[in-house]
Amino acid sequence: MRLQYPSSIRIICLPCTGKVDLIHLLRSFEKGADGVYVVGCMEGSCQFTSGNLRARKRVEQARALLNAVGIGGDRVQMYNLSSSEAPRFVEIAEEMTRNILALGPNPIKIARKKAAA
Amino acid sequence: MIVAKQKPIEEILEGVRGAGRILVAGCNECVTVCEAGGKKEVAVLASALRMSFMNQGQEVKIDEITLERQCDREYVEELRKLIDQYDVVLSLACGVGVQFLAETYLRTPVIPGVDTCFMGATEQRGVWTERCQGCGQCILARTGGICPVSRCAKRLFNGPCGGSTRGKCEIDKDLDCGWQLIINRLKELDRLEDYEVLLPIKDWSKERAGGPRRIVREDVR
Amino acid sequence: MITEIKTPSKLEKTLKAGHLAVTSECGPPRGSDGEVIKKKAEMIRNHVDAINITDNQTSVTRLCSLASVIHIKLMGLEPILQMVTRDRNRIALQSDILGAASFDIFNILCLSGDHQVFGDNPKGQNVFDLDSMQLIQTVRHMRDEGKFLGGDPIERPPRMFVGAAANPFADPFEIRVPRLAKKIAAGVEFIQTQCIFNVEKFKLYMKLAADRGLTEKAFILAGVTPLKSVGMAKYMKNRVPGMDVPDEVVKRMSGVPKDKQAEEGIKICVETILQLKEVPGVRGFHVMAIEWEEKVPEIVEKSGLYPRPKIE
Repeated sequence: MRLQYPSSIRIICLPCTGKVDLIHLLRSFEKGADGVYVVGCMEGSCQFTSGNLRARKRVEQARALLNAVGIGGDRVQMYNLSSSEAPRFVEIAEEMTRNILALGPNPIKIARKKAAA
Repeated sequence: MIVAKQKPIEEILEGVRGAGRILVAGCNECVTVCEAGGKKEVAVLASALRMSFMNQGQEVKIDEITLERQCDREYVEELRKLIDQYDVVLSLACGVGVQFLAETYLRTPVIPGVDTCFMGATEQRGVWTERCQGCGQCILARTGGICPVSRCAKRLFNGPCGGSTRGKCEIDKDLDCGWQLIINRLKELDRLEDYEVLLPIKDWSKERAGGPRRIVREDVR
Repeated sequence: MITEIKTPSKLEKTLKAGHLAVTSECGPPRGSDGEVIKKKAEMIRNHVDAINITDNQTSVTRLCSLASVIHIKLMGLEPILQMVTRDRNRIALQSDILGAASFDIFNILCLSGDHQVFGDNPKGQNVFDLDSMQLIQTVRHMRDEGKFLGGDPIERPPRMFVGAAANPFADPFEIRVPRLAKKIAAGVEFIQTQCIFNVEKFKLYMKLAADRGLTEKAFILAGVTPLKSVGMAKYMKNRVPGMDVPDEVVKRMSGVPKDKQAEEGIKICVETILQLKEVPGVRGFHVMAIEWEEKVPEIVEKSGLYPRPKIE
């Protein structure tokens, strides 16, 4: 549909969100990502039955860990939509970007800059 | 297997405070199966620790290793060439592994990353329940294969007590009454008359009460 | 029916003489004032044959049963030492039995005990070195063989009439009578049941017990409790494990105005006793009026169980 979405988003394609492991979410933040969101199929419509349900659980685990280490659990989110819902995809992208901008950069980046100075 | 649960990250962070070089050591056996201290858990914990330290502006070296077991010398020896590179080893193995590492590497503090809980089985993914308390004198043949020591909250040998309600234990309505399970099993085995056999007073000297235990097999030494 | 007297227990003598026995219980205080126990016992002095003293019931720490029964004995009354296996190992159990015997306590009730999670020390250890049936065996062994569990002879063995509890209303019903049989095989001589509100179910239990000859081998004392209020009836019905309070009883309690409920509760209790008197195998009553001991005399009198027989 050639809709525009914010350019600050990097997309990583997967056959199923069930392939996202907790460590992938955490490593992204370790490497300086400001936010990570996982976009999977509607619950009940997962092609691999429950991959998206597992992904949601892992996102919850990541949120808890990120809160515990001071990065902020709100930086990681799970969304569900059907692959034909392009406008919804854009909506999510814009919502996520807005939320992350409000939260500010990943505190690790700030801390690293300070240490380098 | 031995079932353990990872300690809260706050407690772990407290334990490694001040260390500049940390080795997170996992174990490929029991703690992997109960998803507390295997390779995956080591990676996640190490990543979380790195982020926590970075967030506080501290540069800390955090390495990861997962040994086949931490309760056998040949595997524990694999750390010999690395151990001096670290200020502390955070072991995610069960209490046995933590101690075995500590006994082997006397000059490096080894701290536990999990709380070791019980000997149990995987009922389903994510649910592990206790089955054995290592009493040293197994009587499962007399109770239809269900243990009154580990599955009765009062370890009664001639239960159930008066608190058993609709097959559940008086202390927790989601906990099966061990003796109800035994009775059900004896019924299925057509051996309900075994229920009336008085089980004798237990010799507790074979379990914890008798002191730390050892088994020696001269024939294989 | 057994008639051979084995101990100086007044309760044993009363039962073996063919009388219906009456026992009741007193809960010790949560402090060191022995007068509390003495006052409670004094209230029921002439209306019971023996008095149970509970042992840290519901795992709430109280003045111990052993000290309490000594207070009662020194008043000239007949105590029943209740002993749970939750808090003491076999050394302490045998030792406390000797302690009680040294004061000529002639009755003991052997119990496992409620789990400590219910009390004021849920983080404490529990012992359960023995269970209630093994404790019964132990007391009988100490009395009849005159030996400790370890095998050594006892100087002046305890002479105790051995009892246990039975709950005809606990789950599963099908093993309630086998359980009674087990306790009798272990050596129990008298039984106090959980309080009865469902007389029909109790009758069934007693019939099954009688069919196996169990009512000839042990003296079964039927437990009764007067309800103070409809709230108490509902609480016991819904929140106490192993308690069977039929709907009719709750309805009856709620059918009277609040200020009349206590009176109704006592009425129900007396009616229950009168019905139970007719049930074969019932050899007495255990009146449990927790924190309401002052009503025991009224209940005993209205049930035609007063005066108590004089036993030497």
